[in-house]
Amino acid sequence: MINGYEVVVGLEVHAELSTATKIYCGCKNSFGLEVNTQVCPICLGMPGTLPKLNERVVDYAIKMGHALNCGINRICKQDRKNYFYPDLPKSYQISQADIPLCHDGYLDIILENGTKRIGIERIHIEEDAGKLLHSDRFDGSLVDFNRCGVPLIEIVSRPDLRSSEEARIYLETIRSILRYIDISDCKMQEGSIRCDVNVSVHKPGEPFGTRCEMKNINSFSAAVRGIDYEAKRQIALIESGGRVVQETRRWDDAKGESVSMRQKEDAQDYRYFPEPDLLTIVVSEDRVKELKDSLPELPNHKILRYIKDCGLSRKDAEVIVDVPEKAELFDGCLELGCKASRLAANWIIGDISRLMNEGRQISELGITPERLKKLVEYIQDGRISNASGKIVFDELVSSSGSQNSPDIDAIIEEKSLLQVSDQAALEELAARVLAENEKSVFDYKNGKTNALGYLVGQCMKASGGKANPGAVKEIVLKRLGEL
Amino acid sequence: MKLFEYKAFELSDMLRDGKISSAELTKSVLDRIDEVEPKIDAYLTLCGESAMESAKQVDKKRMRGEELSRLAGIPIGVKDNISTKGIRTTCASRMLEGYIPVFNATVVDKLIKSDAVITGKLNMDEFAMGSSTETSYFKPTRNPFDTDCVPGGSSGGSAAAVASGEAVLALGSDTGGSIRQPASMCGVVGLKPTYGAVSRYGLVAFASSLDQIGPFGRCVKDVALLYDCISGYDRMDATSKNTQRVPCFDSLTGSARGLKIGIPEEYFAEGVEDSVKNAVMDSVARLRSEGAEVRKISLPSTKYALSAYYIIACAEASSNLARFDGVKYGYRCESPKSLIDMYERTRSEGFGREVKRRIILGTFVLSSGYFDAYYKKAKLLQERIRAEFDSALSEVDVIVTPTSPFEAFKLGDRISDPLAMYSSDICTVTVNIAGLPAVSVPCGYSGSGLPYGMQIIGRRFDEATLLNAALSHESLMGGFASPKL
Repeated sequence: MINGYEVVVGLEVHAELSTATKIYCGCKNSFGLEVNTQVCPICLGMPGTLPKLNERVVDYAIKMGHALNCGINRICKQDRKNYFYPDLPKSYQISQADIPLCHDGYLDIILENGTKRIGIERIHIEEDAGKLLHSDRFDGSLVDFNRCGVPLIEIVSRPDLRSSEEARIYLETIRSILRYIDISDCKMQEGSIRCDVNVSVHKPGEPFGTRCEMKNINSFSAAVRGIDYEAKRQIALIESGGRVVQETRRWDDAKGESVSMRQKEDAQDYRYFPEPDLLTIVVSEDRVKELKDSLPELPNHKILRYIKDCGLSRKDAEVIVDVPEKAELFDGCLELGCKASRLAANWIIGDISRLMNEGRQISELGITPERLKKLVEYIQDGRISNASGKIVFDELVSSSGSQNSPDIDAIIEEKSLLQVSDQAALEELAARVLAENEKSVFDYKNGKTNALGYLVGQCMKASGGKANPGAVKEIVLKRLGEL
Repeated sequence: MKLFEYKAFELSDMLRDGKISSAELTKSVLDRIDEVEPKIDAYLTLCGESAMESAKQVDKKRMRGEELSRLAGIPIGVKDNISTKGIRTTCASRMLEGYIPVFNATVVDKLIKSDAVITGKLNMDEFAMGSSTETSYFKPTRNPFDTDCVPGGSSGGSAAAVASGEAVLALGSDTGGSIRQPASMCGVVGLKPTYGAVSRYGLVAFASSLDQIGPFGRCVKDVALLYDCISGYDRMDATSKNTQRVPCFDSLTGSARGLKIGIPEEYFAEGVEDSVKNAVMDSVARLRSEGAEVRKISLPSTKYALSAYYIIACAEASSNLARFDGVKYGYRCESPKSLIDMYERTRSEGFGREVKRRIILGTFVLSSGYFDAYYKKAKLLQERIRAEFDSALSEVDVIVTPTSPFEAFKLGDRISDPLAMYSSDICTVTVNIAGLPAVSVPCGYSGSGLPYGMQIIGRRFDEATLLNAALSHESLMGGFASPKL
């Protein structure tokens, strides 16, 4: 809510699919190669060429449809969207108009105070266009056609989002799902995921306001900024007695403002009609089911499970789920029946995340679910201290890749890290330390309770760090009480 | 008789038996081109040198005893909207005046694989839009039977080349009659195959859902020979069909015994000249006397066909021709002031009147608010026309109609009256709308010596039955009569 107005947001997300080849020809689907090298007569739309549908694109889109709980139109068509632009070599984009491949689904996003269901209107397949290049070194524009024919899905939400924050979470959840089901690289900076934003404002209880569409949003944070800007602009307009007009606006992230591109009356007429060069798409029921069964557990479901079953905070669960390798490691521990799952999560969020941020992969860290489970269970059982756990972990990491990477027990043995929890030995140790520190004992008895910490510390020191601090503290307290 | 005057199937035997060489044959055709081309103007691009070169290559292969196809060494012309690698493919448009494709159409690859000799690229109406070859940006082609008359269109260059001996065979394309109508007007045989029988890959699209490439020849056997070469499934064309096909040439018997012929009354109605009707009905009578069974049928939606055709064809054309925008290839206007200026002037200057007319028409019928009233309705009519044909063809084997409602007309007679021009497609467009195969065969001559054509329509992917009916008619009628040039 801003000044008593509710913000209503709907999103259109375009995601490039990571198929090996383009949607209608055999050209490689890859980013960052030399301009106009990943092209052929078909994706250049040369006269007489015909498209041929890459079936993998349909599979990928159906997977996303399942992930977003959509109905699947097993029989659907492709349509031509006609408009002129130099980056569009055929002067039409093959897309889907009235019958999208997937329809009427939803996505549960996880907010601070629970989940919220966001409606999904449709998901359809289409081809990407090329890119215009501008430079001071030449007049006019050049066109790079490499991106022409890269497969896209467009995911259209219903206007169910109520803030820029909800929009951000929605976008992050979509991206996370695309990664989990492995159909898109989701690299915003490479343009592999882009979005258009529809924003309107209204007072609660009143009908929806007139919406504006914003284009040219190139990052999730730009989406947040764009929505906030647009909501404020519309509210200010209404408050000053004006009226919001339906229009398409262009977001300028550098300037932090949007400018009108065209109003409703000038809306382009795309003259959609069925693509006569392609056959009706027909997907068998078996195939639809097969694709559904092939889906992994989705990240939003995973987060909820970690919160519920492992007692993780939403934030911690998100950190783990955000990177599929982390979640895989964590799930590996859970599957082995790890009794210290909170601790395992902490290690993943802490040391393992730190190493991954340095660019290392879990697979090369020598940290398997088995090892992580053993490490955290040893720490939880008090067999080794947290500090020793760190030594073991570092040893595992530094020796990973070497031929005889040692196992955890061997490292503990070799570095004599086993924590002393033997009652008799600890009693003896405590007795000795208390005898040697009469002043501190005296202080404690006189109410200086922080002397306890000193005494426990001395015990730990005397044990060479191997004593179980919890057990030591208990014994020292007991003995002090008896004195 | 000179070599260029023989039929392809005869030449094929002569080549196989070593009686002639392809070089001699090709030379004969090239000489004929030198002789009559100034009067006919069938070619836009001549490939004399490369034709002689490939003829010699085929002769060498034959000398080495290699197994060769029936088309090996036969000179064939190709309509200029069929993509030929390294050979300019203009679609008879200023827009593509200097356009040289980097790839071959599938049918061209098939010709090359069969060692056919490609003589050059043939004139046509611009982007195949027209019925007289007069909308060609470069020049009109003349009818070999009367050079004051049009050869029909849009494949007028193909029909005229085959009729005048400037090619033994030719490829054309047919969207609403563009093979059959000029075949009829030039007294040759032209086949519009079933939609999906021949790959469209490399055919510069006019109306994708109606276009089909097909063969021209001076007799039915020649057409069968070329059809067998170019047809078949192509993974590059999603609309090409993977069906079990009978090689037509080998299955021809020429017998009409037991053939059930349907005569649809709607095709013998007003607008069709009586002399044409009579020529067709005389031919039907001859077939009946040879044992064919003739019955009247009705295709009541025929009267809507021309309207539905022009809506669907123009709608698709408006989109297909949008790629000619001056950005990538072909014509670009001089010193554009802006992107919009470049689009507007490139397309205004690069396209001719008829093409622009159809683009505007197609853009209109697809526009928001008009789509349902035009395009959608036309598609519904298409369904109905298709169903009527299917029902009729479950009762009869073939349907016989006139091809063109009138014989070839004089140059300039109809070019300024689009509706008069469009009406020459009245008997042929339904076949494209229904996706059926149909052949035009000569069936007589007008008082002034201009040929009449009879159209035989068959069942989907049953070109064999269709061509067999055509062959029986041809044997009763007598063969191709060369025009006096």
